[in-house]
Parts: sequence; C-alpha cells; structure tokens
Amino acid sequence: MLRQASRLLARAPILAARARPFSTDLPAAQSADATFTEAWAKVIPNMDPPKTPLSFMQPRPPTPSSIPSKLTVNFVLPYSSELATKEVDMVIVPATTGQMGVLPGHVATIAELKPGVLSVHEGTEVTKYFVSSGFVFIHANSFADIIAVEAVPLDQLDANLVQKGLADFTSKLSSGTTDLEKAEAQIGIDVHSALNSALTG
Amino acid sequence: MAMAALRREGGRFAPLIYPRPITAFRSSPLPPILENEGPVGVRYISTQVVRNRMKSVKNIQKITKAMKMVAASKLRAIQTKAENSRGLWQPFTALLGDLPSADVKKNVVVTISSDKGLCGGINSTSVKISKGLHKLNSGPEKETKYVILGEKAKAQLIRDSKKDIELIITELQKNPLNYTQVSVLADEILKNVEFDALRIVFNKFHSVVSFVPTVSTVLSPEVVEKEAESGGKLGDLDSYEVEGGETKGEILQNLAEFQFSCVMFNAVLENACSEQGARMSAMDSSSRNAGDMLDRLTLTYNRTRQASITTELIEIISGASALEG
Repeated sequence: MLRQASRLLARAPILAARARPFSTDLPAAQSADATFTEAWAKVIPNMDPPKTPLSFMQPRPPTPSSIPSKLTVNFVLPYSSELATKEVDMVIVPATTGQMGVLPGHVATIAELKPGVLSVHEGTEVTKYFVSSGFVFIHANSFADIIAVEAVPLDQLDANLVQKGLADFTSKLSSGTTDLEKAEAQIGIDVHSALNSALTG
Repeated sequence: MAMAALRREGGRFAPLIYPRPITAFRSSPLPPILENEGPVGVRYISTQVVRNRMKSVKNIQKITKAMKMVAASKLRAIQTKAENSRGLWQPFTALLGDLPSADVKKNVVVTISSDKGLCGGINSTSVKISKGLHKLNSGPEKETKYVILGEKAKAQLIRDSKKDIELIITELQKNPLNYTQVSVLADEILKNVEFDALRIVFNKFHSVVSFVPTVSTVLSPEVVEKEAESGGKLGDLDSYEVEGGETKGEILQNLAEFQFSCVMFNAVLENACSEQGARMSAMDSSSRNAGDMLDRLTLTYNRTRQASITTELIEIISGASALEG
C-alpha cells in the first residue's frame, strides 16, 4: 500500500505538468460570457457551466489610432494553419468581385472568395497559393483572417490534369440533364479555368 | 504416499475419520472453499474456484491493457489533426463574437458523442450539458430540438426526449475524419433543421487526462442581423463592408453555413481525441484494478492451499503418533 501511495504521489506532479494545454491553444485572459454563466447557475446549480470558445482564444488588439505598418495575417485551412499571425506588407485575395489587395489600414470588410490565386507579399518575397474558396475577414485593427477550404502552392499543380479536368467538366455541362448536375459541372469549369489562368498568368 | 498408507489402515482408524453426509445444497451462498469427499471419506480442500477466478481476472487485465495501447495509438494519430484544426474557428469568433446567451425562439442542440463505449464519463457529461441547455432555453414560444451524433448520446437521450430529437447520425468514425465528410453532414443538418441558434456540445481535448465540456454557438444570419442592430457585442458588425454577392444577407447566409461546418469539424475532432484519451485512462484504471484483484485472490489461494497442506499433515502425523503410542 505504501508503494502505491508513493506511486500516486509521483504521478500527480507529472500530470499537473502535462496538464498544460497545447501551444496552439493559448489560455486567454478573456472571461467567459457572464450572462450565460449566471443564467446557467440559476437553472442548473449543480453542474459547472460548459466553456465557450471565447475562453480559448487570445483577445484581438483594439483598433490603433494610427495605421500600423504591417498587416497581420492568419491563413487557416481545415487541416492546418498555414500562416498564423504573420506580419506581412500586403496580401492579394481572389474575392468574388475580383482580385482584392489588402494593405494595413484597409477598411473592415467581409468578402467571399472564389477559386483563384492568393499571394502574400512580405518584403521582396511573394508566396502564391491556389485557394479553392472561402472567406476573408479584414478587421479595423489591420488583422486579416483568410479561411479557405483547400489551398495548394502553385508549383504543386499539374497543367495536364488541369486541361483534362476542364475538358471533362465542359462535356459534363453539355450532357447534364438535371439542374444539380449542371451546377456541379459549372463549378468544376470555374475551378479548372481559374487553375488554368493561375498556371499561365 | 502418506494418504495411501492411511487408506490401507482405514479399517483400524474408523474413529478418526468422520464420514460426512453430502448435503443436497449449501446453506451459505457460494463458499470460497469447496470441501470434497475423498475415496474413503477423507476431506481435502479444493482451490479450483479461486484458480478459475484468477485465470479470468488475468485475462481481463490483458485485454484492458491491450485496449489502452490501442487507444493510445489512435489518440496519437488524431491529435495532430485536432491541433491543426484549432485555428479554423478562431476567425469566426473574432468576427462574430460568442453569444451563448442569445435569446432565440428556435434552438437546436447538436450533441457530439462516441459510438463505442468504455470511454469513461465523457458521453454522460455531454448529455447532461445538452439537457441543461434544453432547460436553460425553455420558455413560452421557445423550443429546443436535438441533433445527435453518436450512439451513446442517442441511447441516453432517446429515453426521455424522444419527441425533441430531429436527426440522429451514427458511425461517424468508420472512415478517418475529414472536412468533406463533415461538411456534407453540416449540409444535411442545415437542410433539414430550422434553427435560429445552433449550439454544439462537445468535449474539448486539453490533455490526456483533462476534457472540458464546451458549447459553441452558431447563430443564423437573421439573428446576427438583429443582434448587430441592437448593439452590444456584435454592434460593430455593421461597420464591416461586405464585398461581392447580391445582398449582404446572402453573404451572411454563406458565412453562417461556413462557420457551422468549420466549428463542427473542429468539434468532431476534439471529441474524438477526448474519447480516445478517456478510454486510455478508463482502461488503465481497469487494468490496475484487475491487478489488485489478482493480488488479493493470490493471497486467498495461497492461504487455502497452505491450510489444506497443514490439515493433511496434521492428519498424517496424528495417525502416525496414534500408531506408535
């Protein structure tokens, strides 16, 4: 029994050390939503209220009075965060209304993305990605959040497959019968022609 | 050999041997020691029952140890995915804030749970929180419906909230989790369920021993507009220019749907991690328990074995001493 007690004691501090959350999940100073906690405590007094996403996020800095020199970009995909709070000079995003350049001090905007090329300009180097679609939020404090479903660097695209895909979907559009098939074929054509112009242009 | 000698002299030592009538049934339930009748009425104690128990407990210990290893390897695989998906919901919360206390008419609680059991108490916590949210959002003209992912929550919620369940989805982890699958699921839910606010209940993975029940709220575009107009947390949403699309409403609709699929993806991954972690600790404590049980049974076994040896010896020695003297 003494052996077990010592084993338990040895395990406790290790657990406490390992209980730190991941580095990607910084414990924010934000307090949970107070109204929610109060309402919960009134109705269900025996249980702790569940946590909300606000308590897991770093708070964003407020809008500065002067335009900052750099734009802070978060570029996230479902399976990875490509760029996380990276300071850059400019990004060009493929919004549905066309290529949109974002500089520090850009007005707050919500824009939907269409398939196209996203380029990140940092000093002299430019990184280009082909994004499938998504959203971009530009906040007043020169933070830009780009959320895309799929993004690949341009050098990983194969020109032959792009041509083949384009031909496939064009034939599907002409042979499609239902609205759904036609819509799917149209989407395919849009994506592949954007891929094409990304590779050539 | 001593036993054989005793049997040969059986006739002379009649008063030493006590033939016991075999009772039809025992008065006390399941005694740990069996007393058998030997060939000439000699008693010896059997350790068969204890030995059987020891064998089965040892097997259980092996099985639970193996299950713990399997859960550990599955956890490693899915943990990187969950970590990478953590950046996905943050932009939405940064833009739209988090309003779990939003007062809406149609609430939908999406409960995420596991399909398999033996994973500790995480599914019960999720169900308790879902029921709590149901209670919190009950009132005149307000209704709360459930969308259930996973067998375990289905089993618990179907007992008393059957009429409130809209959709049940199981066998989520048959194929490895990916965004396409989750977005199809989100599409189904959005098509079939009317909602003003979606509350997703899941267990967020902090570490192998700590899982925090969390609720993420996704509001429908109409509610977002209403909250933005009334000021408060979403007040400065109006200051955002909306590019593209015909109307602002269309963009907000797409935004809400995209937000739902992103938040669902992260929630499903986090819950899967929590499930594996909880299973690891449950199986670990179970194999430790089995080990303790085995120790106790071994002591009992040794005691009965030694007692039977001692009884044999006593009988032989008293028989031998009776011979001499």
